[in-house]
Amino acid sequence: MKPLTLSPYWMYPTVEKKPTRDGYGQALLELGENNPDVVVLTADLAESTRALPFGQKYPDRFVECGVAEQNMMGVAAGLALAGKIPFVSSYAVFSPGRNWDQLRVSVCYSKANVKIAGAHTGVSVGPDGATHQALEDLAITRALPGLIVVAPCDAEETRKCALAAAAHQGPVYFRFAREKTPVMTVKETPFELGKAYVCREGYDVTLVACGPLLHAALMAAEKLAARGIEAEVVNCHTLKPLDTKTLFASFKKTRCAVTVEEHQTTGGLFGAVAEACGRGFPIPLESVGMPDSFGESGDPDQLLAKFGMTQNHVVKSALNAIKRK
Amino acid sequence: MPSVMQMEKIANRIRQDIIKMLVAAGSGHSAGPLGMADVFTAVYFGGVANVDPKKRHHPNRDRVVLSNAHICPVLYATLAHRGYLPVSKLKTLRKLGSPLQGHSNNHFDIGIETSGGPLAQGISQAVGMAIAARMGTSSHVARRNVPVPATRDAGRGTAFHTWCLMGDGELDEGQCWEAFMLAGKMDLRELTVLIDRNNIQIDGTTEQVMPLENLKNKLEAFNWFVIEVDGHNMREVLDAMREAKARAANPTAIICHTIPGKGVDFMENKFEWHGKPPTPKEASIALKELRTLGGKIKSEHE
Repeated sequence: MKPLTLSPYWMYPTVEKKPTRDGYGQALLELGENNPDVVVLTADLAESTRALPFGQKYPDRFVECGVAEQNMMGVAAGLALAGKIPFVSSYAVFSPGRNWDQLRVSVCYSKANVKIAGAHTGVSVGPDGATHQALEDLAITRALPGLIVVAPCDAEETRKCALAAAAHQGPVYFRFAREKTPVMTVKETPFELGKAYVCREGYDVTLVACGPLLHAALMAAEKLAARGIEAEVVNCHTLKPLDTKTLFASFKKTRCAVTVEEHQTTGGLFGAVAEACGRGFPIPLESVGMPDSFGESGDPDQLLAKFGMTQNHVVKSALNAIKRK
Repeated sequence: MPSVMQMEKIANRIRQDIIKMLVAAGSGHSAGPLGMADVFTAVYFGGVANVDPKKRHHPNRDRVVLSNAHICPVLYATLAHRGYLPVSKLKTLRKLGSPLQGHSNNHFDIGIETSGGPLAQGISQAVGMAIAARMGTSSHVARRNVPVPATRDAGRGTAFHTWCLMGDGELDEGQCWEAFMLAGKMDLRELTVLIDRNNIQIDGTTEQVMPLENLKNKLEAFNWFVIEVDGHNMREVLDAMREAKARAANPTAIICHTIPGKGVDFMENKFEWHGKPPTPKEASIALKELRTLGGKIKSEHE
């Protein structure tokens, strides 16, 4: 397998940085232009979820629901059942956090074609503190039958994810982040819902990452290479359905793995990979993620360091995993 | 279209089927379904709501949403009598593999638009459907003159009305008022709700558990147009529905004052009958009362 194209600048400090939510805003404008069925809803967070430009350009297809996430999810389900393709835009702690029951029954059980965009995920939300840092959204969405769950790695991949979600018939949840993070992928990098891909080939350990922390995994692989350890890095943006084919192909070579995510290590990417390995391919697994804890206020970098989600933590976990082989 | 007298007879047969279904199921809700039999008959047989089992997929069909889905036996029985499913299916209520689940859902092609159970979810979906009707053909499409593919016109160019049936106990849920606020803000005349004001919920009367009055004033304060009717008077319900559909502004709430357990003497106005089915013995008493219209006529079975 040939590694896929990443930006040639991904490992340099000069790499372009953008918040992943910008990719969402961009995709909505593209969809507004090309797909008259697409409608956008928000609950008093139009600007910070980047839904606002769509609302300004297509006011007839924009529903400002006020601070009422439960109703927003139900309204989206009704719109979808009447033929529209609604995008529900809010912070992930509120949607799907606060309106999970509506997501479960009105959307998933009813098989309504709703797209849920969860903003401000991870501790890197920063100063707003624990209440606004979504760290459980992947677990609660992954548990719902029929829902596709995605954590794109950068602004470009978020854009592609939103476009792919619109093209898919059925509910999709995808998350993004507040801070500027490196844009590692390029326009040519392929994206398909449910399809993980190898960003860097190796044979000693597999680093399975989702979201902007893919960058930490790639940097960790460089550091490991300096020690003579070749890590394979997989961008596992879709947690459900999990691409076990790609993962197991990598595990067959490396025989151990580390998952990397900005989420509780319960029920997210580590949970998904551990479940799959338990069923089909048992290997030593280590996790980099939120260690069963709430976040707090601080700078994003400080918080990632405090809670153990930096490239150095990935290196350490990789060495542990290799030791356990 | 059936006459008012014919519709009253249909409602009576629906009540009998509700009793039979509940006994066969051995669980389920009695009072609400019996109390709403007249309103459901008005909605599905009255000719005001544009519903037809032969056009159950038509993009311009009116949408009927049951929000308090625990009263679904009355929905199932009404749909069966209207021709959406065979009446013989009714006895499969709550049985494994039956389309007639304990709470109604949209998985089977029997004319049910949404899935319900957790209260207040139906009203939000009804608001969404009404907004979709308002959006109709996208102005963007019209401007650019892009032809609309025939297979994807489910929500386009539509001229449909959405009717949402709700309970009164359900109104304790904050989500209802979120939905009412949005409909009020958008002046959503494409939407009418019919509220079953039967004054009971599981733990007691609504005014004991969580007072709703003055309900009319509350709704009006949310920019709704409110009509109060006797929910057992077919003509009043239909007149209110006609008025609601003809209005040029405001979403409309029709508060239907009903008697829970209506038609079965020992169930009427008893909150204890909210969530349980009759025993076979109680059912035979209930059926006899319904067949004889409370002793007014001799049962054909006697």
